[in-house]
Amino acid sequence: MSEPLLDVQNLRVRFPTATGPVEVVRGVSFTLGRERLGIVGESGSGKSMTGRSILRLIRKPGEVTADRLRFDGKDLLSISEREMRKVRGARISMVMQDPKFSLNPVMTVGEQIGEALAVHEKLPRRQIRERVLTMLEAVQIRDPERVFGLYPHEVSGGMGQRVMIAMMLIPEPAILIADEPTSALDVSVQGEVLKIIDELITRNGMGLIFISHDLHLVSQFCDRILVMYRGEVVEQCAASELDKASHPYTRGLLASVPQLNETRELLPVLDRSQWETA
Amino acid sequence: MSMTTRDWLLTESPSSRMQARLGRSYRVLLALLRNPLAVIGAVIIIALVVLAIFAPWFATHSPYSGQLTNRLQPPSAEFWLGTDELGRDIWSRIVYGARITLMIVLLVAAIAAPLGLVIGAVSGYFGGWTDRILMGITDVFLSMPKLILALAFVAALGPGIENAVIAIAITSWPAYARIARAETLTFRNSEFIAAIRLQGASAMRVILRHILPLCSSSVIIRVTLDMAGIILTAAGLGFLGLGAQPPLPEWGAMISRGRAFILDQWWVATMPGFAIIIVSLGFCFLGDGLRDVLDPKSGGKQ
Amino acid sequence: MRAGRRFAFSLGGFVITIALTFLGLLAITFFIGRVIPIDPVLAVVGDRAPQAVYERVRVEMGLDRPLIVQFLSYVGDVLTGNLGMSVTTGRPVAQDLARVFPATLEMATLGIIIGVALGVPMGVWAAARQGTITDQIIRVVGLLGYSVPAFWLGLIGLLLFYARLQWVSGPGRLDIFYDGLVPTVTGLLLVDSLIAGDWTVFRNAVSHLVLPASILGFFSLAYIARMTRSFMLDQLNQEYVITARVKGVPERQVIWRHAFRPIRVPLITVIGLSYAGLLEGSVMIETVFSWPGIGNYLTSALLNADMNAVLGATLVIGAVFIAINKISDVLYRVLDPRAR
Repeated sequence: MSEPLLDVQNLRVRFPTATGPVEVVRGVSFTLGRERLGIVGESGSGKSMTGRSILRLIRKPGEVTADRLRFDGKDLLSISEREMRKVRGARISMVMQDPKFSLNPVMTVGEQIGEALAVHEKLPRRQIRERVLTMLEAVQIRDPERVFGLYPHEVSGGMGQRVMIAMMLIPEPAILIADEPTSALDVSVQGEVLKIIDELITRNGMGLIFISHDLHLVSQFCDRILVMYRGEVVEQCAASELDKASHPYTRGLLASVPQLNETRELLPVLDRSQWETA
Repeated sequence: MSMTTRDWLLTESPSSRMQARLGRSYRVLLALLRNPLAVIGAVIIIALVVLAIFAPWFATHSPYSGQLTNRLQPPSAEFWLGTDELGRDIWSRIVYGARITLMIVLLVAAIAAPLGLVIGAVSGYFGGWTDRILMGITDVFLSMPKLILALAFVAALGPGIENAVIAIAITSWPAYARIARAETLTFRNSEFIAAIRLQGASAMRVILRHILPLCSSSVIIRVTLDMAGIILTAAGLGFLGLGAQPPLPEWGAMISRGRAFILDQWWVATMPGFAIIIVSLGFCFLGDGLRDVLDPKSGGKQ
Repeated sequence: MRAGRRFAFSLGGFVITIALTFLGLLAITFFIGRVIPIDPVLAVVGDRAPQAVYERVRVEMGLDRPLIVQFLSYVGDVLTGNLGMSVTTGRPVAQDLARVFPATLEMATLGIIIGVALGVPMGVWAAARQGTITDQIIRVVGLLGYSVPAFWLGLIGLLLFYARLQWVSGPGRLDIFYDGLVPTVTGLLLVDSLIAGDWTVFRNAVSHLVLPASILGFFSLAYIARMTRSFMLDQLNQEYVITARVKGVPERQVIWRHAFRPIRVPLITVIGLSYAGLLEGSVMIETVFSWPGIGNYLTSALLNADMNAVLGATLVIGAVFIAINKISDVLYRVLDPRAR
């Protein structure tokens, strides 16, 4: 692996509150190449904030700092908003959790996917339509012509998420951040959606940041894993070496995953006192 | 470990109902104090109340008698806001007018809020046809233009400040009935109401002792928000000659008198208008702040 | 099929509610007419009339019949357009109302246009800059709309823009020497003067209309801006707005295309309510501007204890108010793609 796609050093996200600033991401560092990187953590661990701060989506009064946030030879924190817009979608894009909320309810599917392309490339309307239809096929939607004109409330959750993926990949970005892309979906379609993401990522040679609370899923799907707890990275290892994890939090998480071929009376509960200092 | 009053108020585990209630009020107060507009509103309203209570101390002249030789004087060191067509000091009249405004607002609230509360609570508690009929009437009143309805009522009852109060109260209760009903519905079927009923309490007792106290806080917020509207309607009735009658220093009526001199003696009509605006804004700011604090969903900040 | 039946069903329910609401309105106006302490017979015969005359007139007016019969005949009268005679004008109230209503309609319509044109962008702007000084200023302007007496603002407007600056014409709809120059077609002077092709009258009518309409517009602006802001704040927290930003959509488009588009439908309801509110607000403004509309008619009837005219005007304003209210309710359901 030569020059990484993305290089993050000492990333911090802060929010002011009535009782003083609260740091939700506390010095996260990692690099991403053309690989699948999983970020795992419980809710509130700062994993989503990490994903969003890469795209500079943290709104005021939130505050993002980092020693380094390099992508494509640029420091993402210092470039202008206009330049940042050229990065968003076109170079780095993001699939969010629930298509019910992340798709605009009053725009048709085709319009929304087409827009992702149109903001970055000046193309005639016909060509945009063709590219959208091709993209819909690529995410395995059987009847693209029909789906093109549907409103989001008229498609199922699984299809909605495929539309979301199509929308995020149509400008052919270099990095995709997937923030819990399957946790709002029925178990039966989760696999399909993951497969589509996997195929497209591999085909286009992209980097993937896969954010999830599901350690098991991440360990199967990703090449490398970061475990986050309370805004910090507590564990960083290859997915295949997860069973050698050293941090007590990771060990606790692993222990609490039920196995198919076991009989346990009680699943162990995380004992936070082991690694938390009062 | 010694416990300050502040700790006692902010404790997560209050030991008495009174402590819980005071603690909650204290938290609301703290949140209100962080909202600059709400603080301004509260200051304005406190000033209004102080002005009304101690009117004789703040007034520099008599509000009712003036000297005709002093008529229509512009604002000066002697007459801070000028004088009207009968030589009466406008500042003193505005100060005494605060009493009328405060009285109207309090009376309307004292009539409309309990009326709405009872109708809403009865409607929600009994349900069925009682609910349908009462809410039908409420909805008819709600879909009616309030000012026009108040005008028609005053026309029927005859001009005067008491009738103006009645007319405004008649047109403002429906909103409170709706709120009280919605609140009642949320706990009508709860365990504690069932327990009280099992003890043999009558419907009236349940409503009066247990349901009404629970609905009243949200109605109070709404009344605060409505205060500005009540003041404007009362002033409007006064302006049309249907509210407070001369020589009462009611602000709307004062504007109406000043209308004749608006081109040359602008202060006669203008000054009472500022009084109305300041007081109404005070209630708006406070009501807005209260809602932001107690009901963060409905817009406002974050 | 099922959607069609559901629609027909809700339409039926809608007709029933609107009919009941109108009946309620009639009941209220009837009640106000009955509880009036001034004896309606005395108003006709005068207080010196002998007992026999008094009794005869009482029977003629139908006041000896049971209340419910009187109410039913009142409903029948209203439905056939009979609102009684006005004591002050000596003409049928219905005729009077038809004559004065266009003046109010013209003012309120221009008012709502001003209110929407300024209020919506202000609300969007405030929401997009939430918490900044711009937001606070717009918020205070909005609250001023709830705190300034309309009649007072009218007076101040006349003082400033008519008397001092002479930017606009004074009270009334037209200068006296333009009166009756264009034939009445719609009753809306702006439209009528355009039909007649008379630009002088048009310009004069505009110079009279612009101030009262702007003041009405200010009040609807306050309400519309406030509601728009609160709708927009809700939208800007939605995930799909973030989606748009992720796609690299410029902020202006994020706001107008993604956040604003979904609130167009609820805004229609707000605008409808505000329009209905302006009909009510025109009562005060018309009094100040001597505007010969329904509000002025109502207040002069009030001061003359002309009860037929008061109730007739109340009924018409109430009916229009209810109609606009309910129609905007229905529009909401028809226009939202999610409800279809």
